[in-house]
Amino acid sequence: MSIHNDELYQQVILEHNKKPRNFMKLEPCSHEAEGYNPLCGDHLTVYLQVSAEGVIGDVSFLGDGCAISKASASMMTAGLKGKTVDEAKVLFDEFRRLVTKELDPEKDIHHLGKLTVFSGIWKYPSRVKCAILAWHTMKGAIDHAKVVSTE
Amino acid sequence: MLFDVKRVRDDFPNLQARGRDEKPIVYFDNAATTFKPCQVSSSTQDHYCHRTANIHRGVHYLSEQATADYEATREKARRFLNARSLSEIVFTKGATESINLVAACWGRTFLKSGDEVLLSEMEHHSNIVPWQLIREATGCVIKVVPINDQGEIILEEYKGLLSSRTKIVSMVHVSNSLGTVNPVSDMIKLAHTAGALFLLDAAQGVSHEPVDVQALDVDFLVFSGHKLFGPTGVGVLYGKESILETMPPYQGGGDMILSVTFDKTIFNRLPLKFEAGTPNIAGIIGMGAAIDYVRGLGWADMIAYKKELLDYGIRALTAVEGLRMIGTARNKAPIFSFVLENIHAHDIGTLIDREGVAIRTGHHCTQPVMKHFGIPATSRASLAFYNTKEEIDIFVRALGNVIKIFH
Repeated sequence: MSIHNDELYQQVILEHNKKPRNFMKLEPCSHEAEGYNPLCGDHLTVYLQVSAEGVIGDVSFLGDGCAISKASASMMTAGLKGKTVDEAKVLFDEFRRLVTKELDPEKDIHHLGKLTVFSGIWKYPSRVKCAILAWHTMKGAIDHAKVVSTE
Repeated sequence: MLFDVKRVRDDFPNLQARGRDEKPIVYFDNAATTFKPCQVSSSTQDHYCHRTANIHRGVHYLSEQATADYEATREKARRFLNARSLSEIVFTKGATESINLVAACWGRTFLKSGDEVLLSEMEHHSNIVPWQLIREATGCVIKVVPINDQGEIILEEYKGLLSSRTKIVSMVHVSNSLGTVNPVSDMIKLAHTAGALFLLDAAQGVSHEPVDVQALDVDFLVFSGHKLFGPTGVGVLYGKESILETMPPYQGGGDMILSVTFDKTIFNRLPLKFEAGTPNIAGIIGMGAAIDYVRGLGWADMIAYKKELLDYGIRALTAVEGLRMIGTARNKAPIFSFVLENIHAHDIGTLIDREGVAIRTGHHCTQPVMKHFGIPATSRASLAFYNTKEEIDIFVRALGNVIKIFH
């Protein structure tokens, strides 16, 4: 038995889990929403500061959850800073398709960059919602939903 | 005579299943559902392949044969629980439906506003929500007996909460998330002294130790076939005949009636009054085979072997760095719930699944227990008599690897 060179728990994911980026409440912020995964108990809040021109000036999150949900949230916040709301929605859609294997990062056009580390997660259907929780919550915040659930 | 686990394992081909990356399976999720011995699958298959017919109303040979097979399980369940009469064994979809049946038929009839239903903090959601639904309908009050930090019911609190207002106590025999074995015999006596009925949720209990409903003098007892090495979708409600007689039917339909006109319907005798519609016949027959199988193993040897697994597991897990056991009752089944420092249960579950080890992670349908311990989830390894110390070693090594990955 050996420790796997794991396609899911890669170093970058473990590292973001240990030291999540933008892990704080954003004050003031223009948008926020709470995401909840009742099955796992993953629970987080995403905060966004969006300018009048629709640019995400700052984004952060706080919450508890598994390594996958925490790393995904951390990497999402790092990836969204400076993007427009429309670009964020495109990324949301690409990420959603990535984790459900609808998007092949090798073949299809995308803007995911480092976020492709989550590409192996489709093999673990029960964990897909951990990876996508922060993204649904971010989308909910932009669409002015208060509470988002991935169930 | 020693328990021959090697021989027993041969009856469970599912133990040879391969997991992710073709790893041999270590199945430690028996509190969720158990594997089924060949004897169970061959009995259901025999019904489907050679003996299919509907039960109770046919005059033809196959129907009479299917009825006999189906009713044979009732006699097996009666003997298994040492019930007085076959009228006291009602077949249901499982423990959940059995509790819902009691809550709906007994609760709606006999509970009045202000009457108290006494539960414990360690109940499964299936022994909480049915009573909440009845609370809406009747105005009864739900009281909850707290547990201590070992995961044991605090008996002093239990005694204090019992009163003349208590109409029923509905509690678990063996906790699915903590492994605690409750002192149910004493608890039932105390309930009766207070004038309350007692429903025992034996979903985990019936595979742990022999249960004698007459010795316990319990009023209702429920269990599921699939946690007793039988098929899913079938279970038993035991109820004292004198109480079942006073309860209205659960559902209307065929089989639960003697005669129907548009003016008046006469309900069938017990227990068929509570068995409307064509049941899961093959499943019930399979549950009979499961009961035969468990009885054939011999309780004393099986209990001694499971105690060995329990002690071995506790020793092995206690040595794991940063592991906190949730549920350390003095009387315990081999169910190990635990948390690892700074590692979420779901990450543990996914990572050890890679080594072929199947455990359950989450709240195990006992959110009040999670709240008591201030945690969102635990990892839970639940063992059956076909598990081995070698499997515990594989499991503990896999946990060690998880810790290495995270630190």
